Amino acid sequence: MTPLSGALKPDAPDGSAKFTVRDLDFYYGDFHALTGMNIDIRENSVTAFIGPSGCGKSTFLRCLNRMNDLIPGTRVDGTITLDGQDIYSSGVDPVDLRRRVGMIFQQPNPFPMSIYDNVAFGPRLHGMKKKDELDAVVEQALMRANLWKEVKDIMDRGGLTLSGGQQQRLCIARVLAVQPDVLLMDEPCSAIDPTSVQKVEDLMDELKNTVTIIIVTHNMQQAARVSQETAFFLQERQGEAAELIEFGRTTDIFTSPHDRRTEDYITGRFG
Amino acid sequence: MSKRLANRIAVGALWLCGITTVAVLGAVIVYVFVRGIGQITPEFIFTKPHGVNAEGGIGPTIVATIYVTGLAMLIVTPIAVLAAVYLAEYAVQGRLVNAIRFAADTLASVPSIVLGLFGFAFFYEAMGLGFSVLSGALALSFLMLPIVMRATEEAIRAVPRFIRWGSYGLGASKWQTVSRIVLPAAAPRILTGLILAMGRAVGETAVVIFTMGEAIYTPISPLDPGRSMTVHLYVLAMEGINMDAAYGTALLLMVMILMFNLSARWLTARNRKVKES
Repeated sequence: MTPLSGALKPDAPDGSAKFTVRDLDFYYGDFHALTGMNIDIRENSVTAFIGPSGCGKSTFLRCLNRMNDLIPGTRVDGTITLDGQDIYSSGVDPVDLRRRVGMIFQQPNPFPMSIYDNVAFGPRLHGMKKKDELDAVVEQALMRANLWKEVKDIMDRGGLTLSGGQQQRLCIARVLAVQPDVLLMDEPCSAIDPTSVQKVEDLMDELKNTVTIIIVTHNMQQAARVSQETAFFLQERQGEAAELIEFGRTTDIFTSPHDRRTEDYITGRFG
Repeated sequence: MSKRLANRIAVGALWLCGITTVAVLGAVIVYVFVRGIGQITPEFIFTKPHGVNAEGGIGPTIVATIYVTGLAMLIVTPIAVLAAVYLAEYAVQGRLVNAIRFAADTLASVPSIVLGLFGFAFFYEAMGLGFSVLSGALALSFLMLPIVMRATEEAIRAVPRFIRWGSYGLGASKWQTVSRIVLPAAAPRILTGLILAMGRAVGETAVVIFTMGEAIYTPISPLDPGRSMTVHLYVLAMEGINMDAAYGTALLLMVMILMFNLSARWLTARNRKVKES
């Protein structure tokens, strides 16, 4: 393993690295989207990715569960390891990887089926058939997502009949039902109402005891509230590859950033 | 001429042209209804024609029509749906896909009498199926294939990307995503395409006269011959033997096709409502 340069190393000795990213470059066809990414994501904590629109933070997030593989013509250089295993090595099936690294999207995306079937979808996918086992998993996942009380009597209703915020928590429950170690959240709160945002943030705080969470957010206050570590991404000029400018403890990033560009961004000078 | 007058004339002309469509449909329906309604009795629907002038009912032709259309649907649905899944989800968009789409569009515009002639040559003669419901259904499936395939492809493409991502994000494979998420979500629109294609098949004459024959017979086995309602209507009217029965048949045909179209509309509307709620 290559030693990290000082600025990029989070000085948080408790908790080991879940993801280790080294010299990552990413391409959409001919377009060089990300360059020279190096980061260690700490286990069982919340890491926030911030930066202006188009700075590559969502692209980088989707490298972590190989969601970008679904887009034709994309290419990755460098290494990403999860628990020490290179996730882009030929022995890794992206389908298995995505089961361990769950993902929540900006737009709540329940399947057009009942609440129960939404949550049971993942376990069924991976071979669980017995009704009582499924019932238990569904209940537990909904409890962990703080949605159980609201839906326990309406499990047969369509997932799309819930409010936007409930839908997002349903999607979180759906991911938790397959017991992932990591939860990637791509602007999970930008399409839901403020009360629901509060609930999702509380939920992240509880979940981080058992799950490693990485959240992409446009909202710096949110990053400051929910995360222990923050990474700042920036595409300096249009058409150039985006870079990871600074990574460290959230309190440090927001109170004493090392890099001038980070400071400009968090004080609202651009973005 | 003042601007206002010009405007009024333009609007009037547009209105007239628009209303022509409704008027034509109305005229056809009213005429067939008035001429045919007197014929419609339980006896007409359920009994066999008899005598030199085909008095009595048209029961066997209704059975043959529903039989051949149903069988054609069973043949065409899996092929059309799987072809559409391949086109929309799996195929690398390029020359082959364009060729398949072009072939489907061209097939849709082949005159039905040519399909009938081909059906006769291929299913009746070459495959030795004779005049039969099976020959008719196979030939009709050529007619329905492009309609169902393109409707399914559109339906699959209309399923939002982020719903697929949700499935991939849970560790679903591509086939699991297609079969458990995409196809169920697309099902109402696929069904709408199927119903419209069935409407086309029920109203088709040239294809079935060449492949199912015109013997008045209640088909039981798929290898039995039969006369469809359209063929019955054609024979009665061309030979002028029983115009009343011809109009009665025409009215029943139109009611059947109208029901297909209305149920397709109803499905589309309900689907929209479900999505919005």
